[in-house]
Amino acid sequence: MEPLERYRPIIDEFDAFLEACRRPLGTAVRINTIKTSVERALSALDQEGVAYEQADWNPRVVRLETDSPGSTWTSFHGLTHGQEEVSAVPPVVLNPQPGERVWDCCGAPGGKATQLSALMDDTGTVVANDSNLGRISALRFNAERLGATSLAVTNQDARNYSMKPFSFDAFDRTLVDAPCSCEGTIRKNPDTLEEWSEDHIASVSGIQKGILRRAIQATREGGTVVYSTCTFAPEENEAVVQHALEAEECRLREIDIGLECSPGLTEFEGQRFDEELTNAIRIYPHQNDTGGFFVAKLEVTA
Amino acid sequence: MSNDGQQFDRLPQTPAERTIEGRASREEVLTYFEDRFGIPPEIFEDYTFWEKGAGKIWIYAGEAPTPLAIEALGMTCLRTRQEHWKPTTDFAQRFGTEASRCVIDLEHEGARRFAAGEDQDLEWDGDWGYLIAAHELAGERYPLGIGLYVHGELRSMVPKGRQRKLQ
Repeated sequence: MEPLERYRPIIDEFDAFLEACRRPLGTAVRINTIKTSVERALSALDQEGVAYEQADWNPRVVRLETDSPGSTWTSFHGLTHGQEEVSAVPPVVLNPQPGERVWDCCGAPGGKATQLSALMDDTGTVVANDSNLGRISALRFNAERLGATSLAVTNQDARNYSMKPFSFDAFDRTLVDAPCSCEGTIRKNPDTLEEWSEDHIASVSGIQKGILRRAIQATREGGTVVYSTCTFAPEENEAVVQHALEAEECRLREIDIGLECSPGLTEFEGQRFDEELTNAIRIYPHQNDTGGFFVAKLEVTA
Repeated sequence: MSNDGQQFDRLPQTPAERTIEGRASREEVLTYFEDRFGIPPEIFEDYTFWEKGAGKIWIYAGEAPTPLAIEALGMTCLRTRQEHWKPTTDFAQRFGTEASRCVIDLEHEGARRFAAGEDQDLEWDGDWGYLIAAHELAGERYPLGIGLYVHGELRSMVPKGRQRKLQ
């Protein structure tokens, strides 16, 4: 928990935050509307005798009272997919529409990519990319289990992603759910902070900047790019978005998600960020009893 | 020309348009799903079919040029280039709700065994070969996957990674 002390000045109710970080996270699933409806999935859970509670902000997100969400009939049929509640936020913020071309540049293991397909009624094109071939097998497994037929999988480094394989040259929307130091997953992985170091944050921050810049370049004018991480470190969040604002043609848009959250920072440890960053959101574990997340929504302006 | 297993090639519309030896055509794939399972060809209007890997057919709803060397395109749906074509478990779950033939309905215990990958003795007076196994959950019929019916036995074809021990 010690590395989290650096966030004491920026988090309200810091003790409640620490307390929440120590509590294990409950089990959540997302209802896969490619294969079912919310009503039918809930009836199936009822018949199985699995107790649940729907999230207020999103009826497709359900908290389950079971330790093994993978061992239910609804899971076997691909009607539900184990996915942390806050991890369902970035695709909702991206708001993809049926028929669009959408890029998920760090797509494995596929929870968000298949959520994008579901939001698009499994029509249009979702290109789910990942640089790691091993993680791509998990992505493919989940895509097929969930029945996502509009999803194409590529294996490239997102930082210099080539559009060459495709018949179009820009995406309508892009999700950058970047690799990060994962501080916000501490309730799920209590040892996530063991490898924590400022050097690691600095190096992963460089990768994140490269990916976000390429994402903006690959998205059409007027299109949307959502940048998200599951970490609290401003070096991986506001600083990355700040870099994109300076280097690419884009601006930040407001986010309205229906969850308790805090605005993005305009300053951390002496570094100042653009006022626009207050449009980004920080979701802390104590606010909604979830994991932690950072989400920024960018409009591409040229 | 022979099949290049490293890239996706869109299936020819008809056998007459075939340029790669042994490749199934879209028409043959739709005919197979209709003849065997009674799945209406119209439901595939917005989908394209592709081959990558020997005989492995993929179904895709998005945009893509042919040929295409990427990791995956939609989902694998059918194994061809063998005497008896074999649909995938994931295809059966996704599109098997449209099937009206060669669907075998299992009671709870049978469904449980099928999902666990176990074989079971069963009376069935329909066709032998690959069937869609289904069961009822909350008043709806849900396809479980593909089974092979021979000599009074239904063999679960659910791949190891998809098998589950359920209540």
